Amino acid sequence: MNIAVIGFPGSNEWDSYHAVKDALDQPIEIVPHTAADLSAFDVIIIPGGFSYGDYLRSGAIARLAPVMGAIKEAATQGKIVLGIGNGFQILTEAGLLPGVLQANESLKFKCHPASIEVVNNETAFTSQFAQGETINLPIAHETGNYYCDEKTLRELERGGRVIFRYRDNPNGSVAHIAGICNEEGNVLGMMPRPERAVYDWLGSTDGKRLFGSILDDWRVQHGRKATV
Amino acid sequence: MVKANVYVTTKKDVVDPQGKATEGALQQLGFAEVGKVRIGKLIEMELQTDDVEQAESRVREMCEKLLVNTVVEDYRIELTKEARS
Repeated sequence: MNIAVIGFPGSNEWDSYHAVKDALDQPIEIVPHTAADLSAFDVIIIPGGFSYGDYLRSGAIARLAPVMGAIKEAATQGKIVLGIGNGFQILTEAGLLPGVLQANESLKFKCHPASIEVVNNETAFTSQFAQGETINLPIAHETGNYYCDEKTLRELERGGRVIFRYRDNPNGSVAHIAGICNEEGNVLGMMPRPERAVYDWLGSTDGKRLFGSILDDWRVQHGRKATV
Repeated sequence: MVKANVYVTTKKDVVDPQGKATEGALQQLGFAEVGKVRIGKLIEMELQTDDVEQAESRVREMCEKLLVNTVVEDYRIELTKEARS
């Protein structure tokens, strides 16, 4: 399974790179924001950070980077796209996921471990979790307050597209939303940081199971393709 | 030259944490008459054109494509024609 971690100016792509490399032991590369072709990759990770200084709005400038065309193409092809933190903000700005991430209700940068409910474990990202399980992932953001209108919220909830919820809402997100996916289920955006929960010495390895789920799913898909 | 001011504000039904915090701070300072406070931003642009009508449709396009996230933000455009300096 070939993994690309996209590096925008101001992203913390190396966090995701090392965490996923250690967690999965699969081929992984940093791909710059100027790349126009992602056809060699099965999984695309849009990492956290402050792309382009988060000027104007978080993710607003990154959405215009050359690589975004290739990311949209990959998403359309059903490839796995994971946006973490700033990556989630970029995915909403790019229209790949609905809604917006706004300033935290407290206006403070929140950086602490958070209890997260796995709302839907029947996805390519969550099969290694139990339905309703509480997992522990750190958050680190100032703009993680998820907002969408009521109609969108109903669609998300009916479609099983709310994947993660905060047990204690740290930022004012509607319906305690911490992570959502697109209708097809191959694009996930989440504010909690799975790449910072892959070693025991970091206090949690729950993030490792998210990456492991992606690999399990890829193996199933790949195996099916090989036998048909 | 045309000078464009774009005022971007949070939509009325969307929570504006900055406005809310400022509202509380003003009331705490004794400005009891302060009701709702909303905070937005002002984007000033100089446009190399003298055609105000065309400038308006171009600025509107800029707002829709980049300057404003219309899911949570509203905008208002003000244009003034200025003599070239």
